[in-house]
Formats: sequence, structure tokens, C-alpha cells
Amino acid sequence: MTDTALNPNAFVAHGHEDHAHHDADHKPGFFQRWFMSTNHKDIGTLYLIFAIVAGIIGGAISGLMRAELAHPGIQYLGGWASMLHGGPQSLDQSLHLWNVLITAHGLIMVFFMVMPAMIGGFGNWFVPIMIGAPDMAFPRMNNVSFWLLIPSFTLLLASPFFGGAGNGWTLYAPLSTYGEPGPSTDMAILSLHLAGASSILGAINFITTIFNMRAPGMTLHKMPLFVWSVLVTAFLLLLALPVLAAAITMLLTDRNFGTTFFDPAGGGDPVLYQHLFWFFGHPEVYIMILPGFGIVSQIIATFSRKPVFGYLGMAYAMVAIGVVGFVVWAHHMFTTGLSVNTKMYFTAATMVIAVPTGIKIFSWIATMWGGSLSFKTPMTWALGFIFMFTVGGVTGVVLANGGVDDYMQDTYYVVAHFHYVLSLGAVFGLFAGFYYWFPKMSGKMYNEFLGQLHFWVFFVGVNVLFFPMHFLGLQGMPRRYPDYPDAFAHWNTVASHGYELMAVGMAIFFVNVIWSLMAGKKAPDNPWGEGATTLEWTLSSPPPYHQFETLPVVE
Amino acid sequence: MHRTGFKTILAAAALMLGGASLHAAAPAASASPPAAQAPAAAPAPASTSPGPQNSANVPGATNTAPTTASATPPAAPNSPLLAVDGAPGARVQPGIGQPTDGVYGLQTQVTANGRFAHWFHDSILFPSITAISLLVLALLIWVIVRFRRAANPVPSKTSHNTTIEVLWTLLPVVALVLIAVPSIGLLQAQFRPAPAGAVTLKAIGNQWYWTYQYPDHGGFEITANMLKERNEIAAGERARTDADGPRLLATDNRIVLPVGVPIRLITTANDVIHSWAVPAFWLKLDAIPGRLNETSFTIEKPGLYFGQCSELCGARHAYMPIAVEAVSPAVFAQWVRAKGGTMPAAGKASDKVIPQVGSDAADATSNSGSTYPDGGQVLNGTEQAPVTSQRATGNRGGLGNQGL
Repeated sequence: MTDTALNPNAFVAHGHEDHAHHDADHKPGFFQRWFMSTNHKDIGTLYLIFAIVAGIIGGAISGLMRAELAHPGIQYLGGWASMLHGGPQSLDQSLHLWNVLITAHGLIMVFFMVMPAMIGGFGNWFVPIMIGAPDMAFPRMNNVSFWLLIPSFTLLLASPFFGGAGNGWTLYAPLSTYGEPGPSTDMAILSLHLAGASSILGAINFITTIFNMRAPGMTLHKMPLFVWSVLVTAFLLLLALPVLAAAITMLLTDRNFGTTFFDPAGGGDPVLYQHLFWFFGHPEVYIMILPGFGIVSQIIATFSRKPVFGYLGMAYAMVAIGVVGFVVWAHHMFTTGLSVNTKMYFTAATMVIAVPTGIKIFSWIATMWGGSLSFKTPMTWALGFIFMFTVGGVTGVVLANGGVDDYMQDTYYVVAHFHYVLSLGAVFGLFAGFYYWFPKMSGKMYNEFLGQLHFWVFFVGVNVLFFPMHFLGLQGMPRRYPDYPDAFAHWNTVASHGYELMAVGMAIFFVNVIWSLMAGKKAPDNPWGEGATTLEWTLSSPPPYHQFETLPVVE
Repeated sequence: MHRTGFKTILAAAALMLGGASLHAAAPAASASPPAAQAPAAAPAPASTSPGPQNSANVPGATNTAPTTASATPPAAPNSPLLAVDGAPGARVQPGIGQPTDGVYGLQTQVTANGRFAHWFHDSILFPSITAISLLVLALLIWVIVRFRRAANPVPSKTSHNTTIEVLWTLLPVVALVLIAVPSIGLLQAQFRPAPAGAVTLKAIGNQWYWTYQYPDHGGFEITANMLKERNEIAAGERARTDADGPRLLATDNRIVLPVGVPIRLITTANDVIHSWAVPAFWLKLDAIPGRLNETSFTIEKPGLYFGQCSELCGARHAYMPIAVEAVSPAVFAQWVRAKGGTMPAAGKASDKVIPQVGSDAADATSNSGSTYPDGGQVLNGTEQAPVTSQRATGNRGGLGNQGL
């Protein structure tokens, strides 16, 4: 057993004085190491592999969607529906497949790509190291968190073969209750239950680890901003996910046990579901982006060779975003018939979020101001993040206006907005973090040229893909449509070409990863120079199986 | 029309793909035929389906989908302005009331609130967000050029500057307050209730069509289904023509509304949530089962205005469009009468009971006549409770205690 609690001698035996052969030594066998892991780095690696697999599936689904949307009319859905279910399918079944695709794309990207990569992957890998802890507070629970995702994802991926859940990722009642018979929606709901339980366990683990396991001298106000971001995210998870669990449990009982929480015929209210969902759903978007803020803060400081500008402001801006993020949820529901005062409040509260976000943007720029900047691949991605997140953020200010939403709600303007903050915000943060920490995690350097090429192809691709969606939204194209009036053809065709370019960028990424793992140069302990001041760069690359047997002391 | 050339190419390309696709590309809207072809000219197929007058006798919303775009009855005899389906003919105007291909910007607005919101977006929001984005971009380019390692090998160690931190906190606050002022004003305007004499339109969402009731005008009901393309229809069904409107936007029955008269829109739904949206009115209101949502607007120009369902409602979510035909009040009155409705007396809404799904008036066993066949007196459950001085609760402060 590798459990150091049971066998403390094993802990001392491979201290990091013997870096030379630490990663060959005293590791458990393959099955024990990867299936019964209690090691935060191995679990982090599992999370990252999981997220990449899920990202490939979710990205492929968006490719199907862009192919169908490239031209007006229904091109491929009928064929895909027959392939999926065998035999020719009716038009309604083909159109239902569209709804299944959009639902799967949303759920996969949110719950099985961004969250596992940000929190499970980078959070697991680097939070303990950055605070000088040997591992997470609850290593076994950490493993449970990861392995809950496997049945969860399996349930979701299997659901299309039972008819398919076509409710959108928001699972609005009554479409998700009496609007959709069959087991698929139940499978999707149970999938979310498991994913939610996984995240709650993870959140408990991170909060406990960060509060209790910091190295001597590592006060809260000295923690790296990435750790701050994961701490705030963990609180959001802990407070938001139980509400989602409650809401979707009510969906389950409405569907199967005759309750009427969301059915007006029994005194229920469909809008109640939306309130519950978005009370979770809005913090959820910050759950996806806050760790990205943290990653970008580390990278900007490293490659500017300067400490982060306005550290306390940066940390408490994230806390403020987290707090205010809980009281703005109904801006997702501006057309549901809210009262005028409610709409005014949610308009004002939503705009408030722009203030801490602005502090972060300006502080990143101020960090670079006066710095000595080098533009390695992680820095390029971080710079792209700042600009693209700004563009996505300012359209959020437009959408914050309740009166404007009478036009914009559920149009492609919204689709453009949230893809700019997620597909160009969170995903750029993920790639930035991946390139930044790839040498540390794998012990190999990535290929700089391929990394830069990946950035530029992907950057152009996603902008060609998502920017025209603003124009579609301004002309009123509703979202979640498999077919659209011919007047929306031009920008849809452009967007689909953007997808092709983005897919090429992803291919470059995979070539880079495979090439680097097989033939990459050996990474030094700190490839980034004097700017990289956090504790992970004091360890070898990759770090020893157990780090910090003697706790580091932070001055 | 913008990009007509591109669209022609696209339409041609789509036609070549037509064999494999379910929908052949519809001709571009700009290629609509002369208006002469539009109203009344289409042959009226012989049909025994109920005329418009009959639809007034159908109480309540139907829960089953009516046959889509079935053969329509001849126009009402006294109304030469009316098209075959009883709706007045109106021309499809490119660029008005429908999307335009390849452009940047909002649809032209034909309501006062819409014009206000359009101005708010184009003159305040869009310039502000563009300026902020460009400012961030300029700062990024500046630091990239000025502070690259070659130009600035020794980094400064500055990590605080209270003045600038306070400044970049307060300046966005000021900017947001400036944006919030017209935004709150827009909300106020949007929530101004419809005045007396407004025309009430009740839109009911169904999977996947809209039914409409005019409760102040005799409570007649019309059902609007999307018109299918020529290659998609079954025998006897009516295919879309360019006079009906663009593909996926044209309906078999249009909603007719008067211009210059406030409209009170009420939405609800029979099955799942739908959303009634017409971009040219700056309007989107969810239609939620078990709820009545209300808003009001005044259409300023006659014309055809199209919208689409805007809340995911199942398979044919994309196939339940909204087509509004705005006409002069006189033509509207004519149309109402042709549909078997009545115009309320000036300034006074009709007091006719609106048949509701499951209401007393909606079926033959109704007790709304206040007596059963056996002559026994029954209380109408929908009647207002009599005023009483009896306490509703033991709570002295309660509303039931007004008389004490």
C-alpha cells in the first residue's frame, strides 16, 4: 500500500533528495496506481485525460451541429438519426436528434470537460503543491470524486441510445417532465446527480486542504492567486450544486412518482424550476471561469517577471464575483414574466459584476506594465484570454439590461456571448494552463512552434466561428434551431468555416501533445526563469511521487 | 438588399444539393414576385372545411394539432381586400419585419419601445462596449510592444498603486450608472400597462403551433401553422408562396392587428414553455403553462412582421413561426367581422366571456347558465365570492378584517 498513514516509513524513504530515480521507484503497480489512486497528481492526470476525452466528444458533437447549420434546410439530421436508431426515421425524430445534440454538447462541455479540467485536473495537480502540502486532505475521497465521473459520463453517453434527452442543458420543466417520456432524461438527470456529488466531494476536499494544509508561513494572503481562485470556486460548488441536486431530484419525482413541483395542473410552477436551476447555473459559469482567472494570473506574472499587480484586489475581486454571482440568477429569465422591480434589480446587480471583472482585466495589464515580457506559448494564450474574455464580458453588459433582453434573450447573441467567455475564455485559460504546466506534469517540454501555431489557428478559428453569431443574434436568429430562415445563411456558413479552422487548431494541439510526450526535450525544474515563483517550480519535473516530506517554509 | 449576389450563389448551391436535402432552398426574399400575385389571386380550392365564422364557435384552445395548412376557404364575400384565408393581403417587404442576410445590426423597429431600445443599443451600449474592447486591446498591444523583453530587460517591481486601483474601480461604476439610467427607463416604458381600449391578443403556445384569441372581439380563435415548402406538402395542403413570407417564417393564418392602437399581449401555453417573439416589436414573452404573461405595445406602421418561437419546446421548435399583419383599424374591424367576431363599442372592451380550456363555458355540460336542466340553482365557481364581513382568519390585521 502506498498509504503513508499506514506506512509512514515509506514516506520518508523516498524523499526528494533522490530526484534521480524518484519516478521509477516505489510506485504501486499499474492497476493500483491508476484505479485505486490516492495521489493528487495521479488523480489530476486522470481528470485531465478524462477532460480531453470528453472534450473530443463534445467538440465532435459541435462539429455535427456546425455541419448541419452550414446551410439552410435539414441536411444530415435524418441520416444521423437513422444511423443512431437503425432504419429510416421520421422528421420529428431527426429534429429531436438535434435537441439531443445540443443538450449533449452543453452538458459534456460544462460538466465533463471544463470543470474536470480546471478543478479536478489543474486544481488537484497544483493546489497542494502551491500551498506546500504533501497531498489533498482526503486522498481517498479525491479518488471517489474522480471515479464518480465515469458512471456519470457513461449514463449521459448512453442516453441517446434510449431515445435521447432533448431538453437543452438547462433541462427546463415541463419539457423535461411530461414533455419527454422514456428513460433518457432520467439517465441525464442521474448523470448530473453523480457529477454533482463528485464536485461537492471535490469542493469539500479543496476547502479543507486550503484551510488546513498550508505550509508554515503560507498565510491566506500569501497564497498564489490560482489557489485563491480554486478556493472561491470550491465554495461556489459547495453552495450551488446542492440546489441543482434538489431541482433535478424534483424533476425526477415529477417524471416518475407523480409529484407536481413544476406542473401547474397540480399547483406547481414551471418557473420555479428555472429559479432553482439558475440559482445553481449562474454561479456555475463562475465555477468554470474563476480557475481560468487564477491560471492567467500565474502566467502573466511569470512571463512578465513581475509580481501580480494589486494582489489583494485580485483575490478579493474573485471573492466579490463569487458572492455577487449568487444574487444575479434571474437575468437568465428576463422574458419569463418577472415584475418590473425584479427586472430592475437583476439588471443593476448583474452590472455590478462588471466592476470586479474590470479590476481583474486592468490588474493583469498593470502586471505586465513595466514588466519584461516574453511570449512563450502559455503567455500567448493568456494574452488571448484577456482580450477574448473582455469581448465576451462586454456583451454581457449588453445582455444585463433587462429591457434589451426582450430582443436578445435566446438568440445567437447569447450564444456568441457565452462562447466568448467559455470557449474563448475558459478554454483559452485551459490551454494556457496546459502549456504552462505541461513541462512540470510530464517532465517533457512541448514544442514551442506547434504551440504558437496551435494558438494562432485556434484563435482565428474560434473568432470566425463565434463572432458572426453576434450578427445572427442582432438579426434575431433564435438559438437551438436546426434549420433557419434563409436570411441567416451567410453568417452561419461563415461560422461553420470557422469551426473547420478551429478543428485544424485542435489537430495541431494533439500532434503537439503526442510528439512532446514521445520525443519532447527533458524539462528542467523551472523552464520559465525567475518570474516563476510558486512552489511547483522548486520541485523536479515531473515532481516526486510524494512531495514535501519536510514542509517548505514560506517567508 | 445586402449581399444579394452571395445569396444567389448560395441558393444555387443549395438547389444543387436539393436532391439530398429535405428542404430545397427557397428563393431569396428579394426575389419575391410582384405583389399582384399576392392577395386573392391564388386559386381558392374547393373545400368543405369550416369557414371563418365557424371558428368562432370552437370554444377554447384545441389541444390537438389541426391539420397543417389545409385547404383554405374562399375569402369572405364582402371584403375584396381579404386574401384566400380571410386575411388581408399585405406585401412582404424585404428588410422590414424579417431578418436580412449578411448584415450587422438590429432589425428595424416599428414600436416606440423598440425604437427607444434600438437607440439605446446603437447609441449607448454598442459604442461603450466597442470603446472598452478597443481600450483593452490598445493597452495590450502597448504593453506587448513597449515591455517586451528586448525593449525592457529589467522589470520594475511595482505591485501597488492605490490611486489607479481606486480609479479603475470607480470609473466603471460611473460608466455603469450612466448605462443603467436609460436601461431602467426602457424597463419602465416596457412595463407601462395597456390603456383602456387596447386590443387584447391572447397567444397560446402548443407543440408546435400557435393559437390566438381575441377576447375583446367576440373571443374567436385562429390557429397559425407554419406553411411548408412545395416539396414537403401532402396532397391538398397549401404550400408556401413568396407572398406568404420567407421560408420557416410564413404561417397559414396570420394574426391581424391594428396599427396605432395599443395591443395588450397575453401569452400562455398548453403543453410546454414556448416564447412569443417578434424582433421588429422588440418583444419576447415566454408562454408558460399555468401562467398568463402580459405586455403591451403599439405598432406604428402597417406591414408584415415575422417572429419565431424562442424557448426550446421539443422537436419542431424551429417550425412554429409567428406572422403578424398590421393593418389600419378599419381593415382590422373588417377582418374581425369576417372571422365572426364583433368590435367592442368605442372605448369599451367586449364583455363576452372568453372560453378557456376546462372552463365552465367550454363544454356542453356547462353550468354557466346558472341552472342545471333539472332547474336547480348552481353557483358558478368562477363567480366572485360575495362580500362578507366575516373574518377570513383569526388574524385581526388580515385583509378579511376590513369591516371590523
